[in-house]
Amino acid sequence: MAETTIEKKEPIFAFGKKERKLLTDPLNDNNPITVQVLGICSALAVTTLLFPSIIISIAVIFVCAFSNLFTSLLRKSIPKQVRMIVQLVIIATLVTVVELTLKALDYPTYKQLSVFIGLIITNCIVMGRLEAFAMANSPWKSFLDGVGNGVGYGVILIAVAFFREVFGKGTFLAGTPFEVKIIGPNSEYLINTMADGSWFSWYQNNNLMVLPAAAMFLIAIMIWIHRAWNPKLVDIS
Amino acid sequence: MRSNNYVIGFVVTMTVVVALVLSLMATGLKPIHDRNEAIFNKKAVLAAIESELGENVKADKLPDGEVLSIFDEKIVQTVIDIKGNPVSSEEVEARGYKGGLAEHVDMKKEKKKPAEDRIFPVFTYDNGGESIYIVSIRGNGLWDEIWGNVALKDDFATIVGASFDHQGETPGLGAEIKDNPAFKRQFQGKSIYDADGNYTSVVVRKGGARNTRYEVDGISGATVTADGVSDMLHTGIRYYQPYFKTLKKS
Repeated sequence: MAETTIEKKEPIFAFGKKERKLLTDPLNDNNPITVQVLGICSALAVTTLLFPSIIISIAVIFVCAFSNLFTSLLRKSIPKQVRMIVQLVIIATLVTVVELTLKALDYPTYKQLSVFIGLIITNCIVMGRLEAFAMANSPWKSFLDGVGNGVGYGVILIAVAFFREVFGKGTFLAGTPFEVKIIGPNSEYLINTMADGSWFSWYQNNNLMVLPAAAMFLIAIMIWIHRAWNPKLVDIS
Repeated sequence: MRSNNYVIGFVVTMTVVVALVLSLMATGLKPIHDRNEAIFNKKAVLAAIESELGENVKADKLPDGEVLSIFDEKIVQTVIDIKGNPVSSEEVEARGYKGGLAEHVDMKKEKKKPAEDRIFPVFTYDNGGESIYIVSIRGNGLWDEIWGNVALKDDFATIVGASFDHQGETPGLGAEIKDNPAFKRQFQGKSIYDADGNYTSVVVRKGGARNTRYEVDGISGATVTADGVSDMLHTGIRYYQPYFKTLKKS
């Protein structure tokens, strides 16, 4: 007896439970940094200040989402023998697009980030998602997966940068019009540690925070908190 | 497995498409990129004379239009050689700097040449009758190159201001030469000669300035970068001495 399964045709841009999970999963259960421990190198390097970290996060979300989308669109015609190279070309193209756009929009930030934009090409999260997801799923789902993973990466990046900037330099969003100087040794800061009778005269910015080692500690602490808060993760490894 | 012909066809098509998209985008955005770069470099020059532009002026926060108008109205650009003779803009163009003005001279390229072949940019800022000379210098920090602009009064001895930048100094340590406004401010009013008239340039002193005439405080934890700044100032300003002498005579 032949079994006939009537496959329900899904609309291309469906947004149901499964799709929502693609977006939320990388934020928690499958976070690229705290769970998969991918993309650590850039998380150590660019997170000394908040603003460049936000720019890098946006860039990674863009690259991740669209490289997933294009790879998924091409997935049936990409020859298996050269699929990694093809993925790399897609990533490199998108990164170059980001680089050229940033150079036109905000030249000082482009100068400041210099090689780190280009290094998104080597960010293992992007390539990892192409291999693991986009090569086997529909374009819309792949796009959502890319956005989810980019955001999952960005959230951690921005959190690390926040602590490093506040405790390392005593500022918030330095280099932008929204800059707030929080604590430091002169009257430009909200809390002036050199003022007469200041309660914070003992305080000094922590130079360790601006070194990559601090990002390592911060990410480790975040992994710790994440695992304590979400016991599901402990059994995995 | 796809056939070899398919693979070659796929790769070639993809390369052509990608190359086309990227080159179109790069050419389309080139004018904006060039304009951004020019303004960025001009702001670096103006950063050395921040104190002259008004109180609490930050060169990197100046609106683009104002930067261009200051350059148009108040700054004369000269290019000189090692002997202090002016170099014509045709000659500068012939050396590969399109535009031929001082702002187009790439100090990074010049630094690689032997000293006698180099050309040097000078920006003369007219401060209502008094001229301020801004010179460009370049040297080595701890990890990579450092560079800056130094503004001198028309006695060619007193520093009006200085600004520095770097390729890859450690954030929070060596990078403070750029990020910490207090470090730059120290240079204002320093002399590049000692009391006897010997050339000393300005020395960044580890552990704090001893001779307040020509020394400034170093940055703790960044001795190598600070020494790099000292060296860069010493050799960099000396290249301009012959030019200053010709100006003094006239």
